[in-house]
Amino acid sequence: MSTTDTTGPAGPTGNRTVLVLLDTPGVELRSPVLELITLARRVGRVEAVALESPSIETLAQLGAHGVETVRQAELSADGHGVAGDVTHLTPVLAEALAAAARGSDADVVLLTSSFPNKEAAARLAFLAGAGLVVDATGLDIADASGEGDAAGVVVADKSVFAGSWDVRSAVTTDLAVVVVRANSVLPEPVAEAVKTDVVGFAVELSAGATATRVVSRTVRESSSSGRPALGEAAVVVTGGRGTNGDFAPVVELAEALGAAVGATRDAVYEGWHDQFVGQTGVTVAPRLYVGAGVSGAPHHRGGMQASQVIVAVNSDPECPLFEISDFAVVGDLADVLPQAAAVIREHRESQG
Amino acid sequence: MRIVVAVKYVPDIHADRGFEGGRVVRRPEEGTLNELDENAVEAALRLVESLPDDERAASEVVVVTVAGAAADSAVRKTYQLGVDRGVRVSDDAIAGSDYFGTVRVLAAAVRRLADEAPVDLVVTGMAALDGLGSVVPTLLSAELGLPQLTLAGAVEVVGEPGARTARVTRELDGVDEVLEAPLPAVVSVTDHANEPRFPNFKLIMAARTKPVEAWSLADLGVAPGDVGDAAARSRVLAASPRPPRPEVELVVDKGEGGRALAEYLIRNELV
Repeated sequence: MSTTDTTGPAGPTGNRTVLVLLDTPGVELRSPVLELITLARRVGRVEAVALESPSIETLAQLGAHGVETVRQAELSADGHGVAGDVTHLTPVLAEALAAAARGSDADVVLLTSSFPNKEAAARLAFLAGAGLVVDATGLDIADASGEGDAAGVVVADKSVFAGSWDVRSAVTTDLAVVVVRANSVLPEPVAEAVKTDVVGFAVELSAGATATRVVSRTVRESSSSGRPALGEAAVVVTGGRGTNGDFAPVVELAEALGAAVGATRDAVYEGWHDQFVGQTGVTVAPRLYVGAGVSGAPHHRGGMQASQVIVAVNSDPECPLFEISDFAVVGDLADVLPQAAAVIREHRESQG
Repeated sequence: MRIVVAVKYVPDIHADRGFEGGRVVRRPEEGTLNELDENAVEAALRLVESLPDDERAASEVVVVTVAGAAADSAVRKTYQLGVDRGVRVSDDAIAGSDYFGTVRVLAAAVRRLADEAPVDLVVTGMAALDGLGSVVPTLLSAELGLPQLTLAGAVEVVGEPGARTARVTRELDGVDEVLEAPLPAVVSVTDHANEPRFPNFKLIMAARTKPVEAWSLADLGVAPGDVGDAAARSRVLAASPRPPRPEVELVVDKGEGGRALAEYLIRNELV
């Protein structure tokens, strides 16, 4: 039954069942979910769970990433089918996940990191008596040699205090629920794609699950259409107060780099952009973060300091963001960014 | 209306934060009221202030925190804003609690307050700036068996006393929602929800001598084995500080700064 990934470590690893929540099965899977599946394969056999019917694209992606089974929730309350906006309520999602975890006898449930998913994960852990790790960047099974009485249990790594500390935690319950940050691993398809089957499972919701009523739910048009999503991009260019409201140079560099565009909280309050990077906004940990006209207030740093390479452009030579940067330019972003974009475009063209 | 606000005493984000023996170092002189909890206090105060005069006079905003005695400074900070009453739950057995242990204690404190007189709302901030888990509000709702209205950008209470409903609007990543639930309910508010007020002089003076009630686990009927290290479902195996970043490579733009930036990225294979 086990389809152990050859890249996974040996030992007790590889014999677990890992359930991965699919965020957008109705359209296609985005990178963070494929990252979860890649991470999950190192620990054992992977099953997916969805609250709506997976699209043909989703099934093809799952097959390419070695997932043979998708469990699709069929929700009911008082014997009547439940669908639509209600399926987004946290308790509903949590009860569906708990039923899927029981049905698949899962050892681990993985979710991508977003505010709604953190809540669903917590409530699932509450229902199942499971341990919870939020915003992990790695997942493993403790081996018998290294970690004493933790041998054989699920361990998760995370970065805390604005990326200044690395913490490794052991989950000591039978089921581990882990929320994983985007960009923790590179998604990797399996060598040979598998066929993916959809298996329905019934979920009878508790009365409390729908105690909250959805009055309205509107999907917003994002300014990032056509560019990678901020929370999952490998490269992020962020504009702050120093843009004085003109995001054109920020967007130009982002487009040259194939990057997502973010802003500081101040810039979003000013209405210059719609999504901010920060502890209470979107937390990013990309390969490359470029901050333009960003001073580097603690709230902002808390949302980006785990980035691998940090580059700053600011006219203020005392800019605090410089302290945590790998490379910085003191100058006017309106000059520096377009020039950098032009050189990058030239370089890309020369590379074919 | 009676509102309980759950608050946390956290290490200041400007302080040197770290771990010792698998636990967060908590130095009393570097602790503070979690900044995002000020939005929760503000939301509670504004809900009470929006009531008719007679009902407003009979209302109470109670702050609850689970922490050592040093956290009294955080409770007093909420007194300065206008909170009526503060409770701190302290017990040696609470040390090492995970999310679930902490929430068990918080919920027990809310239940005890509800035994005195009905509690209409439990309000929290969107996250604590030390752990950033953002899971306590939903867990409180689960533990108390109350509906959740989390991550509210705006909150209002409508209807007559005894048949009230809370309505929140929230902006999630790419989605706008309006949610509604009958009271009592658990609400968490974001830092967009309001602009917390500044303390006024009269309240600052009064807060100095206003007592903070100290409750123990025994007061709440919580067994020591149900919280703390004993009940934790996860534990820290190792915690290590990241090595400091190497010195920044700084370029002053004299007309070629953009080119220098691009060349740095190309050299480091980031393009």
